[in-house]
Amino acid sequence: MSTPQATDAQKQYLQALLDKGLLFETGVDGLYGRSEVFERVVQKFDALVSKYGGKDGAEVLRFPPAIARKSFEQSEYLKSFPQLAGTIHSFMGNEKDHQALLAHVEKGEDWMGGQKPTDVVMTPAACYPTYPLMAKRGPFPKDGRLLDVQSYCFRHEPSLDPARMQLFRMREYIRMGSPEQVMAFREQWLERGKQLMGSLGVPLNIDVANDPFFGRAGKMLAVNQRDQGLKFELLIPITSVEKPTACLSFNYHQDHFGLLWPLRTHDGKVAHTACVGFGLERVALALFKHHGLDVSAWPAPVKKELEL
Amino acid sequence: MTEDIRAIIKEHGRLAVDVKTLKDDADLYAAGLTSHASVNLMLALESKFDVEFPERMLKRKSFESVAAIHAAIAELLKEKG
Repeated sequence: MSTPQATDAQKQYLQALLDKGLLFETGVDGLYGRSEVFERVVQKFDALVSKYGGKDGAEVLRFPPAIARKSFEQSEYLKSFPQLAGTIHSFMGNEKDHQALLAHVEKGEDWMGGQKPTDVVMTPAACYPTYPLMAKRGPFPKDGRLLDVQSYCFRHEPSLDPARMQLFRMREYIRMGSPEQVMAFREQWLERGKQLMGSLGVPLNIDVANDPFFGRAGKMLAVNQRDQGLKFELLIPITSVEKPTACLSFNYHQDHFGLLWPLRTHDGKVAHTACVGFGLERVALALFKHHGLDVSAWPAPVKKELEL
Repeated sequence: MTEDIRAIIKEHGRLAVDVKTLKDDADLYAAGLTSHASVNLMLALESKFDVEFPERMLKRKSFESVAAIHAAIAELLKEKG
């Protein structure tokens, strides 16, 4: 369940991105600055996603990359992925405590022990802030809900694999409603996802997948998820052909979130939910890998598609 | 053993119906057993019967009915000797 060791190919690709000045080091694996060019690619891809999904009339919501601790607890994220969560702590002491804090820092001692948990937890996936909001609004209209979110997400898995960042952006469309509405949404996006990524000239395939659930209980959840075909990923080889990288994911949560929050359809039934997620940095990394680190030399059709 | 299994399902299965109304071979997933509830069920069964489900049994099928759970536990107890 721990973060897999980065391969040589992954480390080499990271170094190439740093050398080219597309990413900047911060001193922490998986935490990077982005250059103007890298950001432009991310933004143009984000805009391309809107071109495909924007006509569906999704409600656009943007949240900071953190959620209320109470919502986080209610989401039961800790049951499935305790190893990935990031909680935010702050100093909450008096002047005496402050002096002690500074003394610890000065001596190079552990100063974190005195930090207290705040009411804020890092967003683990872009859709998480939407569930409590939608639950608060009450039963859905007849058509259910369709939401558009994009947020930085945090996952504690430090790695030298550039495609495994600790802070990265996830664009998502989220569908909430009857099982039929939600399944139709996922089918539609499986097709759209293939078409969209195919238009960018990258090799891809779609495969059934599972989330990195924690522990032995997690093993069972992962097998269940696969058996039921609840998660699919659109994979693009970035640093390995044998182990391509998941750049898009198509997730059917069944009534998991519907029961937790709770979410109800217009006729009072437990809502089902699904989402399609786009790993924005991962897509950019795939594009740089396949078309080169110099955007001006990318194939004309790809530049045209992205309006670069 | 079946009665113990049924008691654990009642407590941890969070079924939509009373487990009493289900036959031994009835589909527990159809009766509302979720993935997360099946994990709780597994952990409760392990503690009750003092066994550990090996990886090969960590699958949906092992917990699909009272009879399937009975068979799995019987197998584990037999292995334990």
